[in-house]
Amino acid sequence: MFAYYLDLALRSLRRNKVLTTLMVLALALGIGATITTLTVLKLLSGDPLPQKSTQLFYPQLDPYPKDQPFSRSGKRLPWLMSYVDAMNLLHARKAERQAVMAMSQVKVTPQAQDGKPFYADGVMTTTDFFPMFDAPFQYGAGWASTDDESREQVVVIAGFLNDKLFGGVNSVGRTIRIDDHDFRIIGVLRSWAPQPRFYALHLSGRNYGKGDAVFMPLLSARAEGMTPSTVMSYGSQQSDMQHLETAKSIWLGMWVQLSSADEASAYKLFLGNYAQQQVALGRFQLSRVALSDLMSWLRNEQVVPDDVRLQTGLAFGFLLICVVNTVGLLLAKCLRRSREIGVRRALGASRVAIFAQFMVEAGIVGLAGGMLGLGFAELGLWGIRHQPAQYASLAHLDLSMFLFTFVVALVSSLVAGLLPAWRACVVAPAPQLKAA
Amino acid sequence: MEIRPILASLRKHRIPAVLIVLEIALACAVLCNAVFMISQRVADIHWSNAIDEQGISVVTVNGADSKLAASEMPRNLAALRGIAGVTAAAAATSMPLDQNPALSPFVTKPYATTTVNTSVYFIGSDGEQSMGLRLLQGRWFNADEYAGSGFKNFSSTGHVVLVTQSDANRLWPGQSALGKTLYTNATGWTVVGVVADVLAEDPKFSGPGGMYSSVFFPLQPDGVMGDYVLRSTPQDRERVVREAVQVLGKLQPGAVVEGKTYAGMRSEYFADTNSMVWMLVLVCVVMLAVTAFGIVGLTSFWVQQRRRQIGIRRAVGATRGHILSYFRTENFLLGTAGVLIGMILAFGINLYLMEHYEMSRMPWYYLPGSAVALWLLGQLAVFRPALRAAAVPPVVATRSV
Repeated sequence: MFAYYLDLALRSLRRNKVLTTLMVLALALGIGATITTLTVLKLLSGDPLPQKSTQLFYPQLDPYPKDQPFSRSGKRLPWLMSYVDAMNLLHARKAERQAVMAMSQVKVTPQAQDGKPFYADGVMTTTDFFPMFDAPFQYGAGWASTDDESREQVVVIAGFLNDKLFGGVNSVGRTIRIDDHDFRIIGVLRSWAPQPRFYALHLSGRNYGKGDAVFMPLLSARAEGMTPSTVMSYGSQQSDMQHLETAKSIWLGMWVQLSSADEASAYKLFLGNYAQQQVALGRFQLSRVALSDLMSWLRNEQVVPDDVRLQTGLAFGFLLICVVNTVGLLLAKCLRRSREIGVRRALGASRVAIFAQFMVEAGIVGLAGGMLGLGFAELGLWGIRHQPAQYASLAHLDLSMFLFTFVVALVSSLVAGLLPAWRACVVAPAPQLKAA
Repeated sequence: MEIRPILASLRKHRIPAVLIVLEIALACAVLCNAVFMISQRVADIHWSNAIDEQGISVVTVNGADSKLAASEMPRNLAALRGIAGVTAAAAATSMPLDQNPALSPFVTKPYATTTVNTSVYFIGSDGEQSMGLRLLQGRWFNADEYAGSGFKNFSSTGHVVLVTQSDANRLWPGQSALGKTLYTNATGWTVVGVVADVLAEDPKFSGPGGMYSSVFFPLQPDGVMGDYVLRSTPQDRERVVREAVQVLGKLQPGAVVEGKTYAGMRSEYFADTNSMVWMLVLVCVVMLAVTAFGIVGLTSFWVQQRRRQIGIRRAVGATRGHILSYFRTENFLLGTAGVLIGMILAFGINLYLMEHYEMSRMPWYYLPGSAVALWLLGQLAVFRPALRAAAVPPVVATRSV
């Protein structure tokens, strides 16, 4: 029976080519726009570390004075931590793993004779960074916790930097010149670039794109005069970049790994006690704290650009218009065939049969729309890849979105087909036959 | 034109009528908001900026040894002034729209607080000429002030400052800003001049109050100034940048030297906004086309269905003009219903966007504006089907009865 409906539907669609083309084209445009924007949205709001994200937490404290709060509304907690607090929490070792970090633009000078110096994204952090974030090593390993304190001049470099400077060979033990100081390479990462670059949120201006190039122990990097990309000062004295450790400035982000909900609540309690202790000491005026897991941190800080969310909303509005349009055109088509329906009904076709026939026809329009829509989506993503956005190079259609395209296409066309099919199956056969 | 028969006929074809109304309403709602977003973004792209945007080029030198700055910078500047076509050259810490914000709060009394983020610019000798600042009141920095001002703890060790007109009006409303003292915490600087509004280093980051809140401090040669600002005629700027990068690359082999024209920096800053505008325009055009084709499709079907009625009307004396205006009036009625619902929807969407995004209230004229646009679109779309209807000969009435 299905094959027969298919045949009928194809005949009907072929009969009025202009109308069919219009329907398929409109639906395809709507689907193309929706899939393009959804792909980008999914990419930007995705989980950067799916296997680990539920165990990673971002603690926040509030060292700001009461009358000069961090945010205009006074409600939001400061994004970053001061050096003193970050070190206190780090050394307390109350979590399974903990690391503090700041981003820095560093000058890398190739050893080769005519090598021109260039700037690269650097991370100043502590030993737990690599195991906590599951950063995979190609060669070597991260530094030991003793190296954090001894200001050892060691560095972990990214695979792409290793390819660029050393042609991809094992460079562990060699030296690299960073900000005019020699650092010994102790590890080379395999390609690793979580999207969004969650650990750098509010620490640098870039939340997406390729990963960082060099990773150095925080104290060693600071000892060599490297400066964090973001520094926010509070209180009455602004500080220079050399004395950030003692200044009333926030410039570090901290992440902790907590395996269970119990551990998380225990850590939150510890944070609260710490803040109260600081209030008692007179360092803080406010004892409020926060501990967000990775995904809620990204959500609360609205890491996805507004424009991307607006575009997705717009695309859905557009798809809705296209679906309404398809309803109208399908309805026009099916009512024009009232006589044919009358004849089929008179010859014994049930209402269900008529309904099924028209739904099949709508489904075919949907599939064709989906196919063409996939083409439009690829075109849209190609356009996005040529945009200047940070995430441009990542915009690709993956398998799940590929399949989802057809789901969207079928669902929207079948929804669009419901009304016309219902109208078709309630056509009374007798008057139609008489009119013929 | 009698509209009662039209209404009666619409009542008989409720579903297609509702579909057309719905489609017009949705299109109207989306169009209103999309056009509003476009206009806001276009306004952003055209933010004024009182520097010589067309004539400036900026060469950035990063990673030079800052201890040598005092001797290297005058040498570099002398070399840059030697490039043909360069009328002025100076060093600066940052430029408007360079996306590298250095923000500080500035107030009129010691230790007062403010929520406005002010962009801080330090300029070396000749900075005002190189950037093309426009002095409205007071004077420029003199040579002593340039030579005697240093940089410590992110602020100036000098005693003078230039403010923008917006800040002068905001901080000292109704008074002259000249001679007043501008504070950060306990440190104060005397305002010696007021310049026309210069944009912030990153206006989107500074927030609405900080867009034209900029202050300029004089600074002796200091490694903190990584930008070399060159002024030339717009025709020369591309060549000037190329030559300046070569010159500085040779003089500072250990540093990273990058050059851009200011026009290039500006379009880089607005690149995202620009692509959003084009995307919105594309969606609007395609959406209007889809809506128009939908109206054409449904009306054609309608005409087809009513061929006999049209024939009868023609047979009893209706002219072609009558038939034509019948369909156009019908479309007008549907369009009116559509845009009325659409305007309410558009208003609702705007409220929602204001709640959840950084969006301001849509001015009222966007509503009637897009209503008129969709009316016209409807009339345009119905024209061909209506002509086809008017061409139905009266003899159709006698057939197949």
